[in-house]
Amino acid sequence: MPTIWFCLVAVMIAVYVVLDGFDLGAGILHLSVARTDDERRAVLASIGPVWDGNQVWLLAGGGTLYFAFPALYASGFSGFYLPLMIVLWLLILRGISIEFRNHIRGGVWEPFWDAVFCGASALLAIFFGAALGNVVRGVPLDASGYFFLPLWTDFSADREAGILDWYTVLIGIASLLTLAEHGALWLALKTGGAVEVRARRMAARLWWGVLAAVIVITAASFAVQPHLAVSFRERPWGCIFPLLAIAGLILMRFRNARPAFLGSCVHIIGMLTSVVFGLYPYVLPSNSNPALSLTVQNAAAAPYGLRIGLIWFAPGIALAIGYFVFTYRSFAGKTPA
Amino acid sequence: MDALAIHRLHFAFTVTFHYLFPQLTMGLAFLIVVLKTVALRTGDPHYDQAARFWGRVLAINFAMGVVTGIPMEFQFGTNWARFSRAAGGVIGQTLAMEGVFSFFLESSFLGAFLFGEKRLGPKAHWVSALLVFVGSWLSGFFIIATNAWMQYPSGYRVGPNGEIVLTSLWHLLVNQWLFWQYLHNMIGSVVTASFVMASIGAYYLLARSHEAYGRTFARTGVIAGVASCCLMLFPTGDQQGKNIAFLQPPTLAAMEGLFQTQTGAPLAILGQPDMDRQRLDNPLVVPNALSFLTYRRWKAEVKGLDDFSRDWWPDNIPLLYYCYHIMVGLGTIFIAVLLVAAFLLWRGRLYLSRPMLWVLMLALPFPYIATTAGWMTAELGRQPWLIYGLFRTVEGTSARVSPGNGLFTLIGFMGIYGLLAVLFLFLVHREIEHGPEA
Repeated sequence: MPTIWFCLVAVMIAVYVVLDGFDLGAGILHLSVARTDDERRAVLASIGPVWDGNQVWLLAGGGTLYFAFPALYASGFSGFYLPLMIVLWLLILRGISIEFRNHIRGGVWEPFWDAVFCGASALLAIFFGAALGNVVRGVPLDASGYFFLPLWTDFSADREAGILDWYTVLIGIASLLTLAEHGALWLALKTGGAVEVRARRMAARLWWGVLAAVIVITAASFAVQPHLAVSFRERPWGCIFPLLAIAGLILMRFRNARPAFLGSCVHIIGMLTSVVFGLYPYVLPSNSNPALSLTVQNAAAAPYGLRIGLIWFAPGIALAIGYFVFTYRSFAGKTPA
Repeated sequence: MDALAIHRLHFAFTVTFHYLFPQLTMGLAFLIVVLKTVALRTGDPHYDQAARFWGRVLAINFAMGVVTGIPMEFQFGTNWARFSRAAGGVIGQTLAMEGVFSFFLESSFLGAFLFGEKRLGPKAHWVSALLVFVGSWLSGFFIIATNAWMQYPSGYRVGPNGEIVLTSLWHLLVNQWLFWQYLHNMIGSVVTASFVMASIGAYYLLARSHEAYGRTFARTGVIAGVASCCLMLFPTGDQQGKNIAFLQPPTLAAMEGLFQTQTGAPLAILGQPDMDRQRLDNPLVVPNALSFLTYRRWKAEVKGLDDFSRDWWPDNIPLLYYCYHIMVGLGTIFIAVLLVAAFLLWRGRLYLSRPMLWVLMLALPFPYIATTAGWMTAELGRQPWLIYGLFRTVEGTSARVSPGNGLFTLIGFMGIYGLLAVLFLFLVHREIEHGPEA
């Protein structure tokens, strides 16, 4: 039963990254692919009706994590205290920059919120990547199952590391590149005119960056977390996840924006599921004493809660998917300028 | 300041600021459905235009509620890790349900309501308004269910390692505390929205601009306000008081400033709790009234604080006492003001009575104060427990988060929320100045 919930939480987080990923990516590229006010309005219009719903996947995923794995939620959220608070501030600034930008015309109002939108989106992409990097690298869990990390120490990826070290920063940069590419392909799909042209050019260039990042972080991850290699050796069927990521990467080269964007979605899902598969059964490995690691089993809630949870979760999430299909179909095709 | 004080202040500050927005969102979502229903039934475009105006205010207010709401979901883990680890298997259920059942619904249909009026047509647009209302009130339900469980835990057992294990989802979602607290809270949101609507209406009438809309807003606000304010007192407030009297008796004694157990206990209207001498200074009381309100018998015995051991006393009795009295006092004044306004409306003199319009206009901040004071009563009254009688507040903090780091992020939130408050007032002011015809 805990493994089912582990998969469900992983899927929710993957859906979050794929969906909110393209509006974060659009934010990262906002200043460079859209130059005039009209172009920037087009970028915002392409994500306007959906970004808030996309972000709900983070909240719903977090809530699900909370009740299914309370020990992981408690340990992870208090241990990553500082970066999470910074993420919250960035989410606040980004949210109001999208919602409030178009309330006033002319002068200094819009350029200010454009810059906030772009900066907050880029920093969020880096922080989310770094967070994933921390989970892969492991954290210094104590005997009671808690830890606390400063933002940075000496940037070595050993036991004294902070949130940011060479490895997690690398993952952060890879995340920035991946989401920027994802956003570029979304804009190529949803916008027209100069924005579409620039987005296509950007996507073609960024692809090489994504490719380089994938190679580098794959090598680095296997070096930093030896358990990854163990997982793939013991359960070779898991190789379908990295293969999925590679297939996505190839699809992204399509001229047609639809399969290319789909490829990016597949790529992101492939990368995330590879990591999750490689770490299993760990959910938060300890880098000081492996016996103290949090696993799917020792972090899970009691069986009754998990069983009853499945009963309301299934129809609830089916409804949510229904709303999403409705919303995305209502706003299908190129966004009218 | 020690870590406990900082973590408490951190949550108190962020949640108090956050709830300024959802209370208007939930109440306004209801009033917008009322306006849309009138528009649909009469075919009068005036009411559609009125609904559009409040939709624009709702959009700004909703965005504020969303961005300040996300930190709440995170803080259970960041600042209250030991509490989350112990109780996450229970309250995580309701918090996850809120995300799955209401946030998806709200976020999907708010967009449809705000941007889709032309495309959807009048009936489907009415449905989208209704779904925003349903989503926001469901969201309120799951949050109140979480809080109600912390006030009155049921449907659980304590496991071998001190973890609190859910044994009945039914008891978590259906119990007497939750029922009355939910109604009291949601009707409170209608009080806030009614006062806001009446206040803007009164402003338009006094300023002699957009007067047709001013009359609609004042009328709608006064009618909804008088009904909701009366329901706040009876039965919801009364029943909520009984819940506290029977399930948290030390809290009742502290709220009422009743230091000694007595038969025929008086109800304190005014007075200051004197913790050194264990009495109320400068008391103005109604004899026997507390006994009657609690037990419906004038001479019933009500337990005072002296009947309970000190480690069950709320840790800030004067503040709790003042918050409770502010809530009840304002609630009583609201009923008086709105009854007069409703009488004037019935006699057809409301729109011409400038003194009454001035009172309505200036009343705007007071429902927010009453709501905040009410929530402070609930939260201070639960102390020194996080989960009443089961889990103490001092045991719930994140042990590894130092006071220095807690203060750093508290100051950060104060800065950002200060900026948000300025932006909110600025943008809403612009909407009001542009008026409903814009």
